[in-house]
Amino acid sequence: MNVLQKLVSTGVKTLPRNGLVRHSSHFVYQPDAKAPVEGPTQKMNMFQAINQAMDIALEQNESALVFGEDVAFGGVFRCSMGLQKKYGKQRVFNTPLCEQGIAGFAIGVANTGAKAIAEMQFADYIFPAFDQIVNEAAKYRYRSGNLYDCGSLTFRAPCGAVGHGACYHSQSPEAYFAHTPGLKVVVPRGPNKAKGLLLACVKDNDPCIVFEPKTLYRAAVEEVPVAAFESPIGKADILRSGTDITLVGWGTQIHVLQEVANMAKTQLDVSCEVIDLVSILPWDKETICNSVKKTGRVLIAHEAPLTNGFGAELAATIQEECFLHLESPVLRVTGWDTPFPHVFEPFYIPDKHRCLAGIRKLINY
Amino acid sequence: MSLLRTLGTVLARRSPLARSPSRTVVKCLSSDAASQQQGASGPSSLHAKFPGALEASFVTTPKLALPESIEPIPIYRVMNSEGVIDDPSQEPNLEQATVQKMFRDMVLLNTMDKILYESQRQGRISFYMTNFGEEASHIGSAAALSPEDWVYGQYREAGVLVWRGFTISDFINQCYGNAEDQGKGRQMPVHYGSRKLNFVTISSPLGTQIPQAAGAAYAFKLQPNNQRCVITYFGEGAASEGDTHAAFNFAATLDSPVIFFCRNNGFAISTPSREQYRGDGIAGRAAGYGMAALRFDGTDVFATYNATKLAREYVLRENKPIVLEAMAYRIGHHSTSDDSTAYRPAEELEVWNTVEHPIAKLKHYMLRRGWFDEAKENEFVKSVRKQVLSQINQSERILKPDWREMFQDVYAEMPAHLKEQLRAMEEHVEQHREHYPLKDFKQ
Repeated sequence: MNVLQKLVSTGVKTLPRNGLVRHSSHFVYQPDAKAPVEGPTQKMNMFQAINQAMDIALEQNESALVFGEDVAFGGVFRCSMGLQKKYGKQRVFNTPLCEQGIAGFAIGVANTGAKAIAEMQFADYIFPAFDQIVNEAAKYRYRSGNLYDCGSLTFRAPCGAVGHGACYHSQSPEAYFAHTPGLKVVVPRGPNKAKGLLLACVKDNDPCIVFEPKTLYRAAVEEVPVAAFESPIGKADILRSGTDITLVGWGTQIHVLQEVANMAKTQLDVSCEVIDLVSILPWDKETICNSVKKTGRVLIAHEAPLTNGFGAELAATIQEECFLHLESPVLRVTGWDTPFPHVFEPFYIPDKHRCLAGIRKLINY
Repeated sequence: MSLLRTLGTVLARRSPLARSPSRTVVKCLSSDAASQQQGASGPSSLHAKFPGALEASFVTTPKLALPESIEPIPIYRVMNSEGVIDDPSQEPNLEQATVQKMFRDMVLLNTMDKILYESQRQGRISFYMTNFGEEASHIGSAAALSPEDWVYGQYREAGVLVWRGFTISDFINQCYGNAEDQGKGRQMPVHYGSRKLNFVTISSPLGTQIPQAAGAAYAFKLQPNNQRCVITYFGEGAASEGDTHAAFNFAATLDSPVIFFCRNNGFAISTPSREQYRGDGIAGRAAGYGMAALRFDGTDVFATYNATKLAREYVLRENKPIVLEAMAYRIGHHSTSDDSTAYRPAEELEVWNTVEHPIAKLKHYMLRRGWFDEAKENEFVKSVRKQVLSQINQSERILKPDWREMFQDVYAEMPAHLKEQLRAMEEHVEQHREHYPLKDFKQ
């Protein structure tokens, strides 16, 4: 068991009583209010939901392959547990430790039309594959005049804060990829979304990246439909309706914002509309802008650094589309423009207190 | 690449030993090995049990594995510069018509290159890269493949397309990026591709196609009754990219039936191969990855043909990769943006452009066989020149694709934000028509 993963598995429930603070508990998981589709459900955490999605993908598509570093024994986060045993070493396998190789190999598999589900062990280590993803995968269809494509590939990468991941086990690199036409980028907020989005990405005809907030792998538990289902790419979810301010986030941050919405209600009597963006590229402009036109205020929160974070794209578009409706400036509450620190994590992340302070500022503007 | 993961593994492996003082462990191991060696109880008893090198044995004196002590991989050659077959058993016994096609395809490529190079000099196309001196490695390898085999190239493999039936108009339309270009005018000249001919569209980033070829070969391997292999071409400069390392290692460990075809022409733009690597070329690396390798004279179309044929049979039979290294010399400049006289003497070129020229060698061979008709070949060159020139005139006149094609194929289906951008540009162009070259584009 991976050192980090073991720490993750000790989870938010077992807070040590020696006075040390476990910072991975900066959020309280809020399960989805209702299942995305009808039918029997099963209680599962996010890694189990992802595992089930890959199981379905392998079952449905004879050509589908699952590969990456250490996926054969089940993966360092347990996402591919049991799949090699079920589908064989040819279809679920370890690769050498080389991200550019994993990405290039996945593109080649997808060029033939076969489904490739490739894992980057941590989103922090996706950068060696940046060239293959940005220059190759994203441009394949375009540059060939649609003669060739790699639309049947999906990259999965654990991302985001985990309490103690420091510089290289905490990053949220979605904005780097959001600047790349040709890619689709999504971030689930929990088991249902993870399963639905992964299956949608596998089916989608464009290269997709699923950034999975690793802190949710075990902490997020909810009822998930057993059947196959897809969550639409490019569609945001309004998780809570409100009238005074729109809160936009994705991934783990959604659970912070849900809690912040409660705090705003009780402490400030402010009604918050909470929206999970879900899909970073393409993103759901309509849902966000309709909400902001209604509330007149918006706070965007993400773990990644401020400058050129995806919040900047949202803010620019919101001011362009909703200029006459805005009652206050668009505010971004994000990670600072520093590398992701180890012991300073509680001061780095855009936690509920910083978000609530942001709401207060906007309401009093 | 997770450090934590690595540390975790190391710690796990170490823990059983951690109880006894490490010095004792080392002593035990070394004396054990020494006594085994003294006992001389056969080589197997000298084998260590380290999982990372199961075949290796212990020795009691340090011996550096020096590069000097490694014998360079020899260069396989079938015919000499006079077109004489050195060893008759290596004669590929190709029919006259096949050899004729090989010759003519090489001549066609060479002739087209000369004219398109000049047309770039005249500013008629924006960019070009010639294939001078490497014609045999293209044609010889292409002839040994099945048309079903997938090709991933770098950019200097146009001869493979010639062999497979890409026409002069296909080439020239791509260079002009006009409405007849299958790539829809989106890429620079010489970035060819053909679905019909199983030639994956070229891209500029070097080396990226190599792990892709390994992935495609793996996917084909899993198809029932697969008779298809994948070949990927790259220069010796591209072999320095990390992607080449990735591809070699992935193909070897995952058993991909892929042929890694390196065109070692001595130069990567201005960088000579002695500044590119210090080992025994690219073929010399294969053993380090546990792969088969074969080095041959890339100016010899028969050596290339035999090597590729052998490689194809090997990869499909064994489901394993192989490294081929075609030795040649880049006679032309790197591209139309390069003047190679700035970094190499003109005299060096002369020998490669005459006695060691791939087309000259095959001509000698054909002369010996009585298959060469000077008048007919001159007529052929003339007709190719005429075709190329007339195609240039024609391609120049064909309109570019509708500019709206700029927004297509970014995704399988155009997303809403791109539709908006297309609409915005349509409105803008409508209002400012006079500032855009609309007459050159289809409407």
